[in-house]
Amino acid sequence: MNKLKSQALIGDIFIIVTSAIAVVFLFKTLWSNVPASQLLIRQADQIIGTYDLEQTRELHIHGPLGESHISIEQGKVRFKQSPCNHQYCVHQGWLNRVGQVAICLPNQISLQLIGEKKPYDSLNY
Amino acid sequence: MTRSTISINPTKTDHHVAKLTALAIALHVLEAVFPSPLPGVKPGVANIITLFVLIRYGFGTAAWVSLLRVFASSLLLGNFLSPTFVLSLSGALLSLATLWLAQYLPKRYFSVISLSVLAAFAHTLGQLCIVRIWLIPHAGVSYLIPIFALAALIFGLINGIICARLLSK
Repeated sequence: MNKLKSQALIGDIFIIVTSAIAVVFLFKTLWSNVPASQLLIRQADQIIGTYDLEQTRELHIHGPLGESHISIEQGKVRFKQSPCNHQYCVHQGWLNRVGQVAICLPNQISLQLIGEKKPYDSLNY
Repeated sequence: MTRSTISINPTKTDHHVAKLTALAIALHVLEAVFPSPLPGVKPGVANIITLFVLIRYGFGTAAWVSLLRVFASSLLLGNFLSPTFVLSLSGALLSLATLWLAQYLPKRYFSVISLSVLAAFAHTLGQLCIVRIWLIPHAGVSYLIPIFALAALIFGLINGIICARLLSK
């Protein structure tokens, strides 16, 4: 442990502390705990639509691989089914907070949760 | 019958580059086998070699080792020219650019740990830029930035400490 201490110089500590502050700042600004009210769906570079989260609804969105099933259930949303290989989007599970995103890269579909106001608004904090 | 031979005379540096690159490739491939909780979050242990080479042999050799590692590993893993390869390359290029600048930091105050942390952030930034511009072209990516930044800090620190240990031997 003493050896380790002698290796970390004052500049190192400066860089580590600065980076740690930057990371905390990033978490504070980019993550919010505000429940989302709306869902924005994109396919490739097009916005498919904005949907109210306070409902129970199944959506079928077409992508290059086929149809992705998205289910909205009273304030939360998830990829229920997607024709991609890795199924990362499906495994991500339910999303319910402002700023959360689920992306199916192979099928070029993304879900983004937004609030009443603009997401990442400083008023969220 | 005359035999024609082409002889290449590798210099001592060539041997060093080859050996260290081989080691970096092994680490890179080994790491690719392990599943990651989030695609894109990886310890990047091969960068320990890049840093080690930077301190021992200078920037030019480090750039060779780093770029050869990216190209050779992608050929071995079969993702040459795929998005994975482009992400790997963009990360390596930006972290090399950062190391090029960071090598001029006064050695008295900044050890390899600083270089490692800075390079890790640059690596992540390079990858995020590609993801944002090419793979996921909208603001949704910003949700993942804090996680990637945290991973860069932690793994940059650990790799830096390991490299400092190796250098002190």
